[in-house]
Amino acid sequence: MIKPIVVLTLVAVPLFVAAQTAPAGSAGKGQQTFLTQNCYYCHGTVGQGSRDGARIAATSLTADGLIRYVRKPAGAMPAYTEKVISDQDLRDIYAYLKAQPAAKTPKEIPILDQSRDK
Amino acid sequence: MAKSKKPSVNRRGFLKGAAVGAAALVATPAIAGVPVPVQAAAPRPGTTLPSASLAVAETSPPPRADVYTTDRPGSDFMVDVIKSLGIEYVAANPGSSFRALHESFINYGSNKMPELLTCMHEESSVAMAHGYAKIEGKPLMVMAHGTVGLQHASMAIYNAYADRVPVYIVLGNILDGQWRRSDVEWAHAVQDCASMVRDYTKWDDSPVSLTGFAESAIRAYKIAMTPPMGPVVLVADAVLQEEPVPEQERGRLRVPKLSVTAPPAGDPAAVSELAKMLVAAENPLIVTGRPARTPNGLKSLVELAELLQVPVLDRRQRMNFPTRHPLYGTGSLATADFVLGLEVPDFWQVIHAQTPVSKMGMESRLLTKPDAKLATLSTTDLLTKANYQDFGRYNEVDLAIGGDAETTLPSLIEACRKLITADRRRAIDARGARLAEASKKLQDQALQDAAWGWDSSPITTARMSAEIWNQIKNEDWSLVSDVVFQSFWPTRLWNFTKHYQFIGGHGAYGVGYNAPAAVGAALANRKYGRLTVNIQSDGDLNYAPGVLWTAAHHKIPLLNIMHNNRSYHQERMYVADMAARAQRDVSRVGIGNDISNPNVDYATMAKAYGMFSIGPIENPADLGPAIKRAIEVVKKGEPALIDVVSQPR
Repeated sequence: MIKPIVVLTLVAVPLFVAAQTAPAGSAGKGQQTFLTQNCYYCHGTVGQGSRDGARIAATSLTADGLIRYVRKPAGAMPAYTEKVISDQDLRDIYAYLKAQPAAKTPKEIPILDQSRDK
Repeated sequence: MAKSKKPSVNRRGFLKGAAVGAAALVATPAIAGVPVPVQAAAPRPGTTLPSASLAVAETSPPPRADVYTTDRPGSDFMVDVIKSLGIEYVAANPGSSFRALHESFINYGSNKMPELLTCMHEESSVAMAHGYAKIEGKPLMVMAHGTVGLQHASMAIYNAYADRVPVYIVLGNILDGQWRRSDVEWAHAVQDCASMVRDYTKWDDSPVSLTGFAESAIRAYKIAMTPPMGPVVLVADAVLQEEPVPEQERGRLRVPKLSVTAPPAGDPAAVSELAKMLVAAENPLIVTGRPARTPNGLKSLVELAELLQVPVLDRRQRMNFPTRHPLYGTGSLATADFVLGLEVPDFWQVIHAQTPVSKMGMESRLLTKPDAKLATLSTTDLLTKANYQDFGRYNEVDLAIGGDAETTLPSLIEACRKLITADRRRAIDARGARLAEASKKLQDQALQDAAWGWDSSPITTARMSAEIWNQIKNEDWSLVSDVVFQSFWPTRLWNFTKHYQFIGGHGAYGVGYNAPAAVGAALANRKYGRLTVNIQSDGDLNYAPGVLWTAAHHKIPLLNIMHNNRSYHQERMYVADMAARAQRDVSRVGIGNDISNPNVDYATMAKAYGMFSIGPIENPADLGPAIKRAIEVVKKGEPALIDVVSQPR
């Protein structure tokens, strides 16, 4: 069996830092949708990112910015139209991503902090 | 081969004699040209005549006695030839077409140099040889049926070919139909064994005499080991194996001397031109595929990069460059004014971006500046076949040097050294300072990125890699799996410095390679006392999990950490792309891709094959202690497996 593997480029997520309204979605529903719609394939179950998808946990996008990006993404991400996922579903996902805690610093994780020792 | 003092009868000669005797039994000439059955002749009354058979026995030359034994089958001589090559192991799933060779290895050859390895799939045999060669730098031998065994082995051979790795394959076959004893042997016989894999092997032969076998066996080794290296196939005819060495050949048989071919070096004038381009460039970049065949290659590459302060963009196909070196990964195609590809099989892919699979159409874009100069130094131009397309797109470069990079690097370094003026030295040093700063930022960024999702379950591949590193960093370790499926975390977090610490991946992306290649690499590492680590994808292991038994049976110390994302994940991402493109239900793309419901219990699987195991582990806090415990087992000379339920990538 021969399986070609394309090394996908990381999705370049534009940073929309404009003022935003509070998330209008449900983080609980968003988590469920994030998993059932298989967003985690590339972005990881908590949006931590991977070789195949950018880190989107605690995203700095607005909800509208996220929706715009999902409809017309750059890079390797496929476009998800409203036929595939609704705006409301994306607002729920946005709420889930915003609810993710920021990562600790490496100094707060002994294994990472000591990983340079050798 | 020592001469025997006992007379021996050639089987062909014996059968010829037996046939004559049998003909005499059934027919006695009476009238010229008309045979009369013996039993039809009437006995004379009153006399006691010998029976027909006795009469024939008394009046004919005595029939050749049944030949039950020989003390020197041809396969013994074949073993003499193979022993001369210094091959350590023969990996094989047993097969009748090489039964004599099998027996000669274990008895005549005392099962030493080479020692037989019991494999449960021919794909495993070849992939073990693939992994072994990348650590040891020389081939391991594989035996297989010329038909069904080779069919099993073929994907692994293609991987080794595309990865330019020497594998020494000997196939059994019964060429002469008169010698096939059953429908099995007919079904397992073939006119031209190697034709099936000729498109992706370097050379093959089907010798019809022992003298021919000896010469072809030595030639095959020589060809396999000459860069660009690759798999070779030698057919050992079963009759040659099983029958005694013919009388007429005994005095003539000898093992030819192996004359290893020196690797091809790049043309001196072209190397001089390349040196000028490298020294003159303001922002040069080196891209590495497989230039470091040996530790010397790694050493030379570091010397060249440091001399010119050139960043190295590593394709991770071998251990080419230390991962924490300030020049590792700090370059950019976008800013480079000169790019040198060293043994890069897919150079075009490196310097171009193409429309991703998630989008319609196909366009490509050059990633370098339009006026950037491009050069390649590689043996890929010295071995190109037509049918299989692993050679990739045609490269439009300014200078292409056909030669082995590792062999050519010392002369390139010297040529560069002579060209560096004081002005160039200052510019080079300034570039080095900039790159060192960029390197520090890259390494800090890796640690920060690894912290995201640290405590999540399934366990992140970053956490998994960090936990492994925490347990092995003070050991003499060797990672024998690819890093692509773990989002490159090992190469981002671990300190790779030695040649045996990384061996790249499949070659041709044929899944099923990793588990057996890891066992082969661990086998090579065993005599050096290295701690071998394999991060094992679940989909890959399920092709031929019997290799776990081979590792346990032969006591090959190997730490297997399952990257168990419960899917053929690359494929489900592709199918998700297709669903999104077609504006259909993305939630269904796990169908046909997921390996769940039921989940495979890899710890139980490993136990069934006689291997120590722990898992499944879902809580990241449990991972470190499990790795520590498994390492204790591995250090005692046993393999171990930890099943880690992991994030997709």
